[in-house]
Amino acid sequence: MEVAGLILSNIHNSAIPELTGIRTMASIPFGCRYRLVDFPLSNMVNSGITKIGIVTHNNYQSLMDHIGTGKDWDLARRSGGIKILPPFITTYDDSNGGRLYTTRLEALMGVTGFISRCKEDYIVISDCDGICNINLQDVIDRHVETQAELTIVTRSVKGNLDIASRSKVIVSGDDGRVVDVYSYLGNEQVSEISTNIMVINRTFLLNIISDAGSHGYSNFYQDIVARNLQRARIFSYRYDGIFIQITSLESYFRNSMSLLNTDVRKGLFNQAQRPIFTKLRNSAPTRYVDGSKVVNSYVADGCVIEGTVENSILFRGVTVGKGTVVKNCILMQDTVTGNNVSLNCVISDKNVVIREGRTLSGHESMPFFIPKGSMV
Amino acid sequence: MFRKKDCVAMLLAGGQGSRLYALTEKTAKPAVSFGGKYRIIDFPLSNCVNSGIDTVGVLTQYQPLVLNDYIGNGLPWDLDRAQGGVKILPPYQGKKGADWYKGTANAIYQNLEFIDRYDPNYVIILSGDHIYKMDYAKMIDFHKRMNADCTIAVIEVSLKEASRFGIMSVDENGKIFKFAEKPKNPESTSASMGIYVFSKDVLFKYLKEDAENKDSSNDFGKNIIPAMLANGERMYAYPFVGYWKDVGTISSLWEANMDLLGENPELSIGNEEWRIYSRHDAHAPQFVGENAIIENCSITEGCEIYGTVRNSVLGAGVCVKAGAVVEDAVIMDDVVIGENAIVKYSIIDETAVIGDGCSIGANKEKAKGITVIAAGINVAPNTVIKDNKMISTQDDIKEKEEA
Repeated sequence: MEVAGLILSNIHNSAIPELTGIRTMASIPFGCRYRLVDFPLSNMVNSGITKIGIVTHNNYQSLMDHIGTGKDWDLARRSGGIKILPPFITTYDDSNGGRLYTTRLEALMGVTGFISRCKEDYIVISDCDGICNINLQDVIDRHVETQAELTIVTRSVKGNLDIASRSKVIVSGDDGRVVDVYSYLGNEQVSEISTNIMVINRTFLLNIISDAGSHGYSNFYQDIVARNLQRARIFSYRYDGIFIQITSLESYFRNSMSLLNTDVRKGLFNQAQRPIFTKLRNSAPTRYVDGSKVVNSYVADGCVIEGTVENSILFRGVTVGKGTVVKNCILMQDTVTGNNVSLNCVISDKNVVIREGRTLSGHESMPFFIPKGSMV
Repeated sequence: MFRKKDCVAMLLAGGQGSRLYALTEKTAKPAVSFGGKYRIIDFPLSNCVNSGIDTVGVLTQYQPLVLNDYIGNGLPWDLDRAQGGVKILPPYQGKKGADWYKGTANAIYQNLEFIDRYDPNYVIILSGDHIYKMDYAKMIDFHKRMNADCTIAVIEVSLKEASRFGIMSVDENGKIFKFAEKPKNPESTSASMGIYVFSKDVLFKYLKEDAENKDSSNDFGKNIIPAMLANGERMYAYPFVGYWKDVGTISSLWEANMDLLGENPELSIGNEEWRIYSRHDAHAPQFVGENAIIENCSITEGCEIYGTVRNSVLGAGVCVKAGAVVEDAVIMDDVVIGENAIVKYSIIDETAVIGDGCSIGANKEKAKGITVIAAGINVAPNTVIKDNKMISTQDDIKEKEEA
């Protein structure tokens, strides 16, 4: 049974403009040393998928730099491997002055060539805003077993209705067959929503795309899933593991901090035989110098810590100066803080320099964001 | 068709490293872990790549499994090349018979064909037992400038240490006029670092002559270098200034690890300009718990620290559980230190498990020596293993206790 993968790198870019101004959703740094794309990519690789296309829209330089030849995911292959699929001319909508695709369906239409050239029977599709360590092989097995044409991975919203509005509500029968799909409007009882991870039969996907092209459909759930509930075999697969969805800067902050929770960390990173891969940087180990104090923090390699760090996430190559106090912060790659700096609820993007003696503070509900390369 | 190379490196990695005892029980010395996420061989390999040498033959012999696996296709060092790259060269069976590598010179002699394929102008001979960062390109330039037949890298050592090394006597131009292997009364303090650059034709000539000589022990230091000197070849000493350490003993390996610590570490590997590359698994970041205390340490990916760690170097995936105390220790990959266990002045090799409440080693100030626990050893809870103990096998724990 052959499966190929498709990752949509730019969908949801607008959710978090601070971090996507200069990059794709897929290349947002997360969890000390990862970028969001590492999660869907590793999930696919860990399930034996070795042909993966990454659909891009704009600002994908950082993504290409991150992926490289794909060798860090063992995807530098002669046959298959990783393919970045930049926007093709058909992804422009002529009727709208040649704009790029905006929806999931349009994105898929733009990579018809890749899909039709695939020999695989099934395609796994994933977005990049959802962070999880899921055994996709189980989903594929269920998909085959139920003879589904489309299997949508869902998750429980567990009363978190804020998250429900960000995705489509999926209602399924006892046999797992999807009976309804709709947008959450804020008053009804909701139990399951789509994770936007799905397994689809390749031929079914090609039919959808050509159908959408001829009818001018643009919305995957509304125009395809909802219209085909009777005709096609559409099933749901409920995923109960750790699932983090990034929906705003505040959500990025809160969810990054949830990595300090052991269950979240174990659920994402300590799954047997399912490591999360990322681009290697060969940083030296992190040096904790005498006089430093670090508690309850998640730290990458290549840091030099001389000050105090509490409840924080430090990416690779961060320097914390003497007498500096970093609390509740996310400091991305190569952030340098001088001596006697005080930071609280700060998110610093890559290569930020915070000079000696500066004091910066945000609040959990509104973290203070410092853009890439700034000097404070 | 092989592309001609200016210089090919030959890395001697077959040594057993018998003075590392438990650490080389199942691993060749060059594959011994170092500095948290490295193995000793990462240093010469990274030096090669950083010096622009892209063809490296690695001569293996003793317990090569870990080493072969580790080097693999050379990808972590950018040595997975279509032209050149890293090649593992084990002893082999030839038409005239099969031979182990009898000495350093013999190991190279048996692989002259490998060198010849790239028709290099120069051959650099390296060993896999030293920790240092060196630009070989500068040494090769020196060799060319001096129009030398052989250039030997030397480092200044104290007179007291000098009798452990091969000692060069050098004139004012850097020309070597005398060489003494481990002299009782050293005449100089310029010690050979075991790094040689040879002009290819001269190397081939002397290796072939040496192979003919039945009385030779086929060693560079004992045979090749003295023979070349006796014949008046142009031999120069290339002075190296910087960190260099032979990690052939337990105490020197421990010291070299400790040199990574401090505000301005003696051995700095954080320099982006001269990166040390290594092969490692995909690990999560390191997590430092609520009650953890970390003082003066080097800690790497995958570690989880809930206890106290002082003046120590931790490898990837090490777990220090709550209440545990680790001091002046080198803890290699994937070791688990149980709750309330105490580990002091020790080296714990990969995947060993120290049970809850164990006590390993003693305070550095009082200890007679470093306690070493070999890879994969499982120390049952509440076991006491004193200072200066060598635990190579599971059975050693009982015996040492009774003794």
